[in-house]
Amino acid sequence: MAGGQERILRGRIRSVQATKKITRAMELIAASRIVKAQQRVQAAVPYSEQITEVVRDLAAAGASSDSPLLTGRDTIQNVCYVAITADRGLCGGYNSGVLRAAEGEIKADVQAGRGYVVVPVGRKAEGYFRFRGYSLEKGFAGFSDQPGYANAKEIGEHVVKLYASGAVDKVVLVYTRFITAGSQEVVLRPLVPLEREVVQGGDGKPGTDGAGADYEYEPDPSAILDTLLPRYVEARIYAALLNAAASEHAFRQRAMKSATDNAEELIKSLSRIMNRARQDAITTEIMEIVGGAEALSGDSKTTHLIDLGPIGDDELFASVHNGL
Amino acid sequence: MSDAMRVEVVSPERVLFSGEATQVITRTLGGGEIAFLNGHAPFLGALDYCHTRIYLADGKVEDVAIHGGFVEVSNNKVSLLTDLAELGGEIDRARAMRAKEAAEERMRGEHDAEVEAALSRAHARLAASGGLTGTAAGAH
Repeated sequence: MAGGQERILRGRIRSVQATKKITRAMELIAASRIVKAQQRVQAAVPYSEQITEVVRDLAAAGASSDSPLLTGRDTIQNVCYVAITADRGLCGGYNSGVLRAAEGEIKADVQAGRGYVVVPVGRKAEGYFRFRGYSLEKGFAGFSDQPGYANAKEIGEHVVKLYASGAVDKVVLVYTRFITAGSQEVVLRPLVPLEREVVQGGDGKPGTDGAGADYEYEPDPSAILDTLLPRYVEARIYAALLNAAASEHAFRQRAMKSATDNAEELIKSLSRIMNRARQDAITTEIMEIVGGAEALSGDSKTTHLIDLGPIGDDELFASVHNGL
Repeated sequence: MSDAMRVEVVSPERVLFSGEATQVITRTLGGGEIAFLNGHAPFLGALDYCHTRIYLADGKVEDVAIHGGFVEVSNNKVSLLTDLAELGGEIDRARAMRAKEAAEERMRGEHDAEVEAALSRAHARLAASGGLTGTAAGAH
């Protein structure tokens, strides 16, 4: 019946409204976190810039290191992918973008006859690759919202160990780079071995007398470089984690905004349908009443003439009176 | 030329300290303590766990506990890059003291790098937040 339909619609509107409240709250939370995450990205810039500079200066000064992080290997047999995703969903295409990019690279590697291994960062990456049976290394999760340097250090140490042991010959970071609140992009960045152009091209900042800086070292340059390189890798990972966190919040904010808008739209169209249903119900009811009344008035005439005629109202009335 | 140089203490998460100073004393790995004055030759070093003193241009001293890192000196600028550092004023002395005692306790049993590192960290913290001797007197 029409009344039943109206009740169903009212229930649906209520549930959409409840969902809208949740998505709106998530949108606002994400929006406020973008700013904080962005500040964190900014705060990490001085360190990574300076450490890059130190690496360059060292390389320019002729510090040679046998560190495998720098030298690279002649043939690349196995590639390690560090895929950085979120721990939670509800952030639009954020996770799938990273996962698709990583998966594409892995497939290309497999076709080229190379081995691969995935280091998933974030629960979504781990779940995705595990479910599809990819070969996984130790995963890291639980900090995608607010990564700390300790997290980056953990990942860095693991990856460097993996590389040093010879299990992999190359490490690639897959993450979402935060450009502005409105635009982010999935990027693949080779992490280890360190790119030549990163290490070279240091101008050895001119000293106070204008000549090329002639550094004093303590301990010797190669020893410094050896302890410096893992830190450099960690700083790169940390920057990637921070970028990923900021992007995650930006994606979530956008996704939740469109979810809220959709809910609004849905509520509008549902209320329209509900109102029409109610109007229909009312119209039908009026029609029934009018029809009933019409029928009754027509009925009473005919009954007067045919059925009730012989007895008559007055007669009945009289007989009741008489009975009393 | 003024006798002040720029000093920055930078950790991965933020810039801890930035300002003008006349002297910086820190400790390099294996090299012992080293002081930088204005116009020091370009220098690069790896840092040990240490209590770093920054003598500010206005006569005050900024104490920093540095737990490993690097120092780069060039162009009259001293950059201390560190994984972890704490300003003297931000250190929880009681906690550092407890950490020191726990580390010393473990030192009696075994000698490994981790315990040693923990002890040096605690020492650096205590030194930066007011000196070891003061702590011993305060603790008893």
